Amino acid sequence: MESRAARIGLTIWVGFVLAFLFVPIILIIVYAFNSSNIQSWPIAGFTFKWFGSAFANSEIRTALLLSLKAGVIATTIAVLLGSAVAFAVHRFEFFGKDAVSFMVVLPIALPGIITGMALNSFFVFWGLGLSFWTIVIGHATFCIVIVYNNVIARLRRVPRSLEEASMDLGADAWQTFRRVTLPMISTSLVAGALLAFALSFDEVIVTTFTAGAQNTLPLWIFGAIRLGQRLPEVNVVVLVVMTLTFVPVLLAYRLTNQAGAMVK
Amino acid sequence: MNSYATDQAQDASSPSAVAEPVIVRLAAVRKSYKDVVAVERVDLEVRRGEFFTLLGPSGSGKTTSLRLIAGFEKPDSGLIELNGADVTGLPPYDRDINTVFQDYALFPHMTVAENIAYGLQAKRVPRDEIKPRVAEALRMVRLENFGERSPAQLSGGQRQRVGLARAIVNRPKVLLLDEPLGALDLKLRQEMQSELKRIQAEVGITFLYVTHDQEEALTMSDRIAIFNLGRIVQIGTPAQVYEEPADEFVAGFVGTSNILRRDGRRFALRPEKVRMMRADETSTEAGLHVEGGTITEVIYVGQFTRYVVRLADGTDITTVRQNSDRSTSGPREIVGSKVLVAWRSDNLFELR
Repeated sequence: MESRAARIGLTIWVGFVLAFLFVPIILIIVYAFNSSNIQSWPIAGFTFKWFGSAFANSEIRTALLLSLKAGVIATTIAVLLGSAVAFAVHRFEFFGKDAVSFMVVLPIALPGIITGMALNSFFVFWGLGLSFWTIVIGHATFCIVIVYNNVIARLRRVPRSLEEASMDLGADAWQTFRRVTLPMISTSLVAGALLAFALSFDEVIVTTFTAGAQNTLPLWIFGAIRLGQRLPEVNVVVLVVMTLTFVPVLLAYRLTNQAGAMVK
Repeated sequence: MNSYATDQAQDASSPSAVAEPVIVRLAAVRKSYKDVVAVERVDLEVRRGEFFTLLGPSGSGKTTSLRLIAGFEKPDSGLIELNGADVTGLPPYDRDINTVFQDYALFPHMTVAENIAYGLQAKRVPRDEIKPRVAEALRMVRLENFGERSPAQLSGGQRQRVGLARAIVNRPKVLLLDEPLGALDLKLRQEMQSELKRIQAEVGITFLYVTHDQEEALTMSDRIAIFNLGRIVQIGTPAQVYEEPADEFVAGFVGTSNILRRDGRRFALRPEKVRMMRADETSTEAGLHVEGGTITEVIYVGQFTRYVVRLADGTDITTVRQNSDRSTSGPREIVGSKVLVAWRSDNLFELR
């Protein structure tokens, strides 16, 4: 009897926690379809009109395009550099190896505000004007970590004997990389890239310090809410941002798990 | 002239005289990792077509020696020759050697057939030649219908067969096998042992086999090299290493031995060469050495019973007796019984 009461109590408690986490998000989604431009409960009616007006807004379109471009380029840089570092750290013994692997991971541990300030003063010091490219560089700092972590975790789980078997069978280093190593880590590379993109796409803090006149989508949302303007469109944009970040994260999660079963 | 020809014919008919050429030669090979010496010094000659086993406890240097021959490791010093050519500095893909790995090391993202074709593709064997050779290799390991499966769908024994097929399809000069049966259960292991022997007879490739299982080594090998502490302590046929162990280590590692100390000399005596008799029994057999003792241990093994008998001087002698009559009442002799143990003195083997 007591355990039954405890179980009911726990269920209610879990319900509260989930509601606390997700009610605000659900509200935003619901408001995106609210026919009135005044946010009140219950919503006045159901409409898609804010989607049209949000997409018609050139500010929003420019911001979306900028965010997508920055995300894609930062992710590409991260995939190239992050996986290269992962290979180096995994394969070779060299002086300062631990320090290197620590420093690569550091940007994710540092508060974004410090990364942002540091990058800002660096760019200003060297007289590099803040631009689209400074945003990309800012995002790449933490995107590299994500790719690096994913790839090195996988590399550590791929048995060394697979590469030895490949070389033993007559494949040289390049053939071994292309036909064995790369297929073994490909899902971790894709998962890392998806996560990195998601992280870049909704990044605010570092972007604030490294963006010049440009607005990424999160910066536009931030500005609009502060000024209390275009709130219905903001809800639509938030919905888009959520989808564009949630879907890659979900995919990445599934990829990592599937591949785990494959490598064993 | 005539007698010379006759000698030749006689030589050819006796197997020991037909000296096949040396196919693998290690000369003064040494390998260390940082401060740990894995292989102190190894000299070794393996002849073509031999089933040659590297036997030793873990950490004795046998696996490192195999990895040096495969080319996965570079020796600190020494020479490795394959078919008379120096391969010491060559990478694995430039050596005409293939390996069967203990963990199988099958490529999980390829089918069984793709795994087997991998080596042929890497060596740019024409496409229309690859298919029949893969089929032939699958037939040899009795997995004809498994080509399209993925390795994850196979049992441990089947995976090991694929690993074997993937190696022999390349027709290497030497096949290296690194404890290939270590992960299999006893029944399957025995099955694979005879399977390996059959396949070796069929392809005629030199097998260099690493194991820590002395029984496996004795049953399968033409010759055995016994490793201890990074060195080879004895090389010989199974009968040689069993009946004439080079030292106490070999005597204890290959089978079990009783070590007797008599007149400041040490002798090895195999348990099955010790006869146990009742205290009142007498034997008239010539050359039989008899001593009295007390049974301190009785271990029923099913097929036989193992006894430990303590002699007057404190030496423990292990002996076995076949359970040749069916009985559920157990062995007649029990712990504490006074018995006689006897052995023919020519069954003692002096250790130096």
